[in-house]
Parts: sequence; C-alpha cells; structure tokens
Amino acid sequence: MDASPDIVGATATTPASYTVVNKRWEFNGTATLHLARACEKDSWSPAAPGQFAMLYALGVGEAAISFSGLPETPGRYVVTVRRAGAISDALTRLKRGDGLGLRGPFGVGWPLDSVKNKDVVVVAGGLGLAPLRPIIEYLAHDRGVANSVSVLYGARSPDAILFERDLSRWRNDAGMNVRVTVDAAASAWRGDVGLVTTLIPEIEFRPKNSVALICGPEIMMRFAAEAMEDAGLPQKAIWLSMERNMKCAVGFCGHCQFGSYFICKNGPIFSYDRIRDTLLVREL
Amino acid sequence: MGGTEADIDDFGGAFTLQRADFQALLDALSKLGYDIIAPTMKDGAIVYGAIRAVEELPIGWTDDQGPGRYRLSKRLDGALFGYAVGPHSWKKYLHPPERELWRAKRNGNAVTFKTKPPDKQKRAFLGVRACEIAAIDIQSRVFVDDLYSDESYETRRRNTMVIAVNCSSPAETCFCTSMDTGPAVSGGYDLLITEVVEENAHVFVMKAASNAGQAVLAQLPLKTASPADVASSRAVIRGAEQAISRTMDTEGLRELLQENPEHPQWDDVASRCLSCTNCTAVCPTCFCTTVADHTGLSGEESRRLQTWDSCFSGAFSELSGGSVRQSTKSRYRQWMTHKLSTWIDQFGASGCVGCGRCIAWCPVGIDITAEVTSLRAKPKKEA
Repeated sequence: MDASPDIVGATATTPASYTVVNKRWEFNGTATLHLARACEKDSWSPAAPGQFAMLYALGVGEAAISFSGLPETPGRYVVTVRRAGAISDALTRLKRGDGLGLRGPFGVGWPLDSVKNKDVVVVAGGLGLAPLRPIIEYLAHDRGVANSVSVLYGARSPDAILFERDLSRWRNDAGMNVRVTVDAAASAWRGDVGLVTTLIPEIEFRPKNSVALICGPEIMMRFAAEAMEDAGLPQKAIWLSMERNMKCAVGFCGHCQFGSYFICKNGPIFSYDRIRDTLLVREL
Repeated sequence: MGGTEADIDDFGGAFTLQRADFQALLDALSKLGYDIIAPTMKDGAIVYGAIRAVEELPIGWTDDQGPGRYRLSKRLDGALFGYAVGPHSWKKYLHPPERELWRAKRNGNAVTFKTKPPDKQKRAFLGVRACEIAAIDIQSRVFVDDLYSDESYETRRRNTMVIAVNCSSPAETCFCTSMDTGPAVSGGYDLLITEVVEENAHVFVMKAASNAGQAVLAQLPLKTASPADVASSRAVIRGAEQAISRTMDTEGLRELLQENPEHPQWDDVASRCLSCTNCTAVCPTCFCTTVADHTGLSGEESRRLQTWDSCFSGAFSELSGGSVRQSTKSRYRQWMTHKLSTWIDQFGASGCVGCGRCIAWCPVGIDITAEVTSLRAKPKKEA
C-alpha cells in the first residue's frame, strides 16, 4: 500500500470533530444539542435555514439531522434529535463535553427570498418544527420581512410539544399567530385537539400573497399541502421538507432518490409543484 | 447511431502491430509503471484481472450469451479479443466494491477522523469496449462532474489509461447501437486497437489519442497501417454492427417511464424478478453504495467502509418508519425508471449503455429491452 501519510481534516465525505457544549432535553427521547467545532483548522460555513448535517456517533453510525438553530458564532451549530433508532439513540445519549462527527451543511434550504412581504403560514408536525425553527427565528428577528406569520403546530400530546418557550416568545414578543394542536390530551389541556390541518381554515392569510412552509411526517405534509392549495395558494408557493434515506449527503450513494431528485442535494426543501405527482405514487 | 462510417475515428495515423509482437505492448505498459488490467478467464467467465503475459488473455475463446445465459466456447481462430462483455466491468477498479472512507478514533472525549490518501497507482485498462467507455463517462458524471467531486474516484480515473478495442464479436444480448454507444469506439480512449484476424494475418491496428498513448506506441515495433489493414479494420466494425440484432426503442422513453408508474407491466415483471441484485452488480453504470462501521471490541476505534449497494435490497430505502420500497414491483420500477429515464434528468444522459449484462446475468432472464416493449403496449384494462 501507499506509504503516504494519512490525511487529517474534514471534507464533504469525512466528518469534522465536534463537541457537545450544551444539551437540553425537550421531552422524553428528544434533545437539543449545541455543537462546537473541536479543531479550528476544519472549515465551517454558516448553514441556511432548512439545511441539514450528517451527525456521526462513534461506532454506531451517521444520521441526517436538520439544523434547529443557527448561532452566528463561527464553528457552532444547533440540532434537535429524536430517539428513533440506534444512531439517534446514541446521539441523544451524548453528554456535554462528548465528541461526535459532523459533515455539512448540506442541501437546499427554505426559500428566504420568497417570504418577503408575504403572509407566511408555517405548518409543522411533531419533530418537523425543528427544521422550521431557524426560518421562524429569522422572521421573528426581522419582523418587517414578512407581512404576517402564522405558526400551526401539531404535536402528539401536550408533553411532546417542542420549543414551548420559543412558541410563547413567537406569539407574545414577535406577534406571530401561533396555534398548537395535539392528537390527544387529558382534560387538563385547554388548547386545540385534532390534526394540524384543521387549523388552516381558522387563520387569516391572503392566498395570492402567501407562502406555506411545511415540515412533518410525509402523510401530514401531503394533506397540509393539499389544504393550502385548496385555500388558494399556487403550488409554487407551498414548500415541503422531504425525507429519504440519506447516507452520503453529496449525491454519490443513490439512496435518497425521489423520482428525478436526490433529496440530499436537490432538497431537502422542495416547492410542491416539483414533487406533487411523485408524492402521490406509492412506494416511490 | 454510433459506429457508422462517418463517425468512426478515421484510421489516419494508425499503425500495425503483429500478433507475434503483442507482448511488447504489455511489456511497454509495465515498464511505464502501469498495472495492466485485462480480460482473463476465471470460473467459466471472462472477467477483468491483472495480467503481465499475453497468454493470460482468453485467447481463442468467445462467449455465448442470452437472457439468463452465459457460456464460454472455443473460437475457430486465435483472437485475443473475440468476445463481448462478461460479468465484470471497469467500475470494479474505478469505483471499487469495497473502500475504506475514513477511520474514527476516540481521543479523550473527542472523536477524531483520518483518511487514506487517494490511490495513485497507474492502471492500463486493456480491452475496453465502446459501451464501456460510455459507462465510464456516465459514472464520471456522477462522481466528478456533479455538485461534489469524489477525489478518490477522480484520482483513479486520472491515473487510468484506456486502451480500447473495437468490438468484433457482439453477443446476442448486446444493443449498443440502440443506445448510441457502439460498437465502434469513437472517443474517450488513450489507445485504440482494432484486432484483425484473417487467414494469413493476425494484426492489431493501433491509434493513439493522447500523449500517454503516444508514449506507449513509441515503445512498440510498429509499421504504418497499410490501406489493406485499414480496410480490414473497417470490415471488423461493420461486421460487429451487422451482428447486433437486439434493439431498444428509446424514442420518448424518458417520458414513457415517468408517466407510467402504475402500468400493470410492473406487476408482471415483479412476478418474475427475484430482487437478487445481480443486474445492479453487473451494470457498468450502477453506482449506489452503502456504508458500514467496523468497530473494534473496545468501541474506541471504527473504520467506515463503503460497499456497493443495490436498489433491490430492502434496507436501501429504509426510513425510521420502515422501507419506502417494500415490494419487488417498486424496486424494479425504481431501477429501470432510474436507469432509462430519471438518469437523463439527473446527469444529462441515459444510464444504460446497451451492454446487455443485466439480461445475461439475470437468473430468470428478465430482458430490459423486452420490458420496454411491454411498457410501450397500452396498459390492459384490469380484469
């Protein structure tokens, strides 16, 4: 074999070393991790809202995780991970000070140019609120960007509501119309119960001057996109964050193909008009 | 169409090497530092492997192929390249079946990573057919010319000399003429060889298209190709063209596949397909891979290996809720639609070069050209 020395340093296919500098349990099995670059020599680039990273737990594997926060400090990222399999389990078990690998940011994010002066309708289901959080924060920070912002969020139960403090802040400080509904709840819950799509007719927006940003389980996104189209939004104004089995994140491994698209490099955010027909085909 | 008289590389500046001097080509390549990879015989098939001597080529052998069938048989002559393509393709070397991506190690609390430098060994691929040059070009579009570039692939490709050999003996499974990729080689090579076997002559008409190719020719006992040699070379190519009878109608194929995801033919082919992954393994353009961590018992060190994967496996489309493509129908549809249709959207060319490997190596003889014909038939009314 070649006697050349090994190469140290991150590339698009080799992770960079990161450290967990802060960790917060959102609720049982779901944690938000603040990550800091361990080696100054590794390149870092700011992520756009909606982009994702490949996170690596030593000896377990890599998983595609969207950024849930975008710190301005170079070398920092924020992600929210739900325990769903061996890799995400290992990631949620990481403690402050633990190391992990990170590749990214990858993919095409939410359409920041398209939200200007629009009524923005954010529809999130479950952990789908996490990839939306950076663009909601952006709209909360620059309140003049959008004409109005509605955040419709459906969680499984009252104790599985993500970012509760953010939700109140967006409602009370940023003037957003924040509506939370749960699939099922005990009688102590005073909020809405039912599918997130049932909230759509209850909010105000100008259909021809609106943008919908949708993230959640695929079935929920399909119904939400249809509901927004029924409400008068053109398909081009409806945006979805898609998920498929992303392994390499750079278009080499072929796993995340969705019709003509590679979710990793052409997405994960797509306008509805580009993927509507594909979404309707089973097992594609 | 590929290989018509007009677009065959003209034989101006061609030279002739005698059969008795062919070893000189191998010696020159070795001397210049190339590992020579060429057709060899192993386990009853013609496969690619390292050689040093001309005797290691499948001299006097040919292949007899059909749907689900591949047999070697003796030729009546001593041709060195008198066969079509076997189960291997050159992707075995450019895009290896297994490759270490990186190693991870725990250092205190940190996890650190290192990678091996790219493989810079010079290789000469001897006996590359026109369809295989097209396949190499297609994989390069995936790994080099796309959004990201794979340094490992790019380095191996850059250090590879392509010694093409015009096809003289296409198999019954070949349909390169339909895919516009052959049988005549029309570019993408360093050296081009046309083997001429006649009653009283056995020569190789050679041409260089690069400095690396010129450097090899400079080492050989060559004569300027005679008009008769050139005429014989043209006859070889014309003979190959005429020997290809299988066709695939590509007109509107991209649209046909994308518009018919629910065509009943998908159920029909699924009733025959074993989801065995043979077609993706032998396909010279299929590029999909997966990764696996190989972790030591201490859990402190891990190697990440990339291996070829197949869209016919269940794990391929796995998400936390289960595989997206549960049925064989959906997997075959994904493979064929990608190969012949969405590939064009993704990389600007079809993913099929018409080499026929998927037809020959399918254990139940599924024939992609016949499947296209069936998909073109109007969907039958469901009973």
